[in-house]
Amino acid sequence: MITIIKKELADYFTSIRCFILFILVLLASAAGLYAAYQGIRGVDTSTGFVFIRLFTTSGENIPSLVSFIGIFVPVIGIALGFDAINREYSSGTMSRILSQPIFRDSVINGKFLAGMITLAIMMATTLLLVGGFGLRMIGVAPSAEEIIRLFIYFVSIVIFGAFWMGLAILFSVIIKNLAISLLASLAVWLFFGFFYTLLIVPAVARSVDIYLLLVRLSPNTLFEEATMAMLLPQSRGLGLFASSEISYMILNPLPLGQSLLLVWPQLTTMIGLAAVCFAVSYIVFMRQEIRAT
Amino acid sequence: MDKKIVLETQDLTKRYDGNTVVDNLNLHVAENEVFGLLGPNGAGKTTTILMLLGLTEPASGSARVFGFDSTREPLKVKRLTGYLLERLGFYDGLTARQNLRFIAWLNNMTDDEAEQQIEQVLESVGLTEVADTSVGKFSRGMKQRLGIADVLVKKPRLAILDEPTAGLDPEGINQTLDLIAGLPNMGTTVVMCSHRLYEVQRICHSIAILAKGKLVVEGTLDALGREALAEGRYRIEVETAEARPQLVEIIGKISGVRNVEAEGNFLHITTDSDLRAAISKAVVNNDVALIQMKVQEFSLDDIYKKYFQEEG
Repeated sequence: MITIIKKELADYFTSIRCFILFILVLLASAAGLYAAYQGIRGVDTSTGFVFIRLFTTSGENIPSLVSFIGIFVPVIGIALGFDAINREYSSGTMSRILSQPIFRDSVINGKFLAGMITLAIMMATTLLLVGGFGLRMIGVAPSAEEIIRLFIYFVSIVIFGAFWMGLAILFSVIIKNLAISLLASLAVWLFFGFFYTLLIVPAVARSVDIYLLLVRLSPNTLFEEATMAMLLPQSRGLGLFASSEISYMILNPLPLGQSLLLVWPQLTTMIGLAAVCFAVSYIVFMRQEIRAT
Repeated sequence: MDKKIVLETQDLTKRYDGNTVVDNLNLHVAENEVFGLLGPNGAGKTTTILMLLGLTEPASGSARVFGFDSTREPLKVKRLTGYLLERLGFYDGLTARQNLRFIAWLNNMTDDEAEQQIEQVLESVGLTEVADTSVGKFSRGMKQRLGIADVLVKKPRLAILDEPTAGLDPEGINQTLDLIAGLPNMGTTVVMCSHRLYEVQRICHSIAILAKGKLVVEGTLDALGREALAEGRYRIEVETAEARPQLVEIIGKISGVRNVEAEGNFLHITTDSDLRAAISKAVVNNDVALIQMKVQEFSLDDIYKKYFQEEG
């Protein structure tokens, strides 16, 4: 399996696809940094958290870095995974690899892990770049707690990316045609990203509880909530609050442990979704028969 | 001739959606021979190979390669076996050397061993000069050569080659056939599928013919040829300087001669064994100049045609 990871990584890093993705990620980092540059002066620093506001502050017309990441991570996951298996079949390399003395599952495991490593490197680069330039810009060093919060945020990005890559790999196992499997993954992304939370759920939900339940079926919502709890420590809870409740809220930040507790269900649900996607593609792949054509 | 059997199948059967693609197949391949697997398209050759490598599971029956069960111990089988697919697939973005290196890695070769072996196989298929060109730029024939290098890089003890000469120019075909014919001397048994009968005839020691998933015939080429042409007998053709009718009678008396027919200066003799020495002696003793004599050669075409006519 190590061999396959090595080869896939080498492929990714030399591919034009990855080059384009890296450029996109760099542009997003630059935009996020610029947004922070515009907005950070107006930020309320009474919470004691300044450094992580670099990531969540939006500019006049520019969204914050975290909203860029929320859009880009699914795209990167899909771009890295949509042709993982079906390309091997269509180029005829699958039978060649499988006729070597390796376990069949090491092919799909290797591809998934290599994709995760690539994604993790990209996102770590983004966070470090923005953190580094931001540090020069605002001159406020991060506290230990902020670093831990950022790290947990990074972990949640990787899990979120794993879900989208798992989904893309699932389509690449089921659908033989490269373009159609890409389209299918993008369709799911658009569905969750735009239609589901903005149109379908509000139309269907009759109460706040049902609204929250439905909205949290979407991985995008889970990721947004995880982001909020980690990077905006003053979040008391996730979801909707009645105005009567809000008036009782004290606007001081939660300690790290409490924020983690708040976000734990979101993180585990995302891990669960990613695991289901990968498990289904794993099983389908293992049962797929190599046939003489 | 008791040779070690390295590959055998027992009542191997495969069904796809109710169609029997391979039907109770029993094959035997002896060590260090070149074995030809013949049959029309869709006869089940590729499916049989896939089952031999454990890439697909048989519906019933079993296949053993070097004593390992293909279904239960596919990794052990695949470690010893190289497979050239009919449909070649390489990573177009990688160079020839990188493609081979990946396969060497998958076979747990050490770096030094891999580099040395890659150099050697590239040389033997004549691709040394383009070793560092990406495979996407290769012609069909170059890819075919690389495919053979790809099989040999892992030093297999059994090489299964599906259409090894497809897409090659005549010179390439000759080189490739010579290369394949030399493999048994290096300890590699070869199973080869091909539609070009003359190629099979040139390098294979034994053949099996499949049709509709069933084994039609299996055996060594010599035996099958005689079987097909003359019910197992030899046919000897003698050309003399002049026609001499009494020769028919004289030769007919040699023990083992079944039938003699004269046709101008030619005599067509059917015998139970190779009696060329006795016949030439008889001709010369009768003061007739012997111009030439040969055991009539069968061609694989004849064998192939015969069995497919019978199949009808």
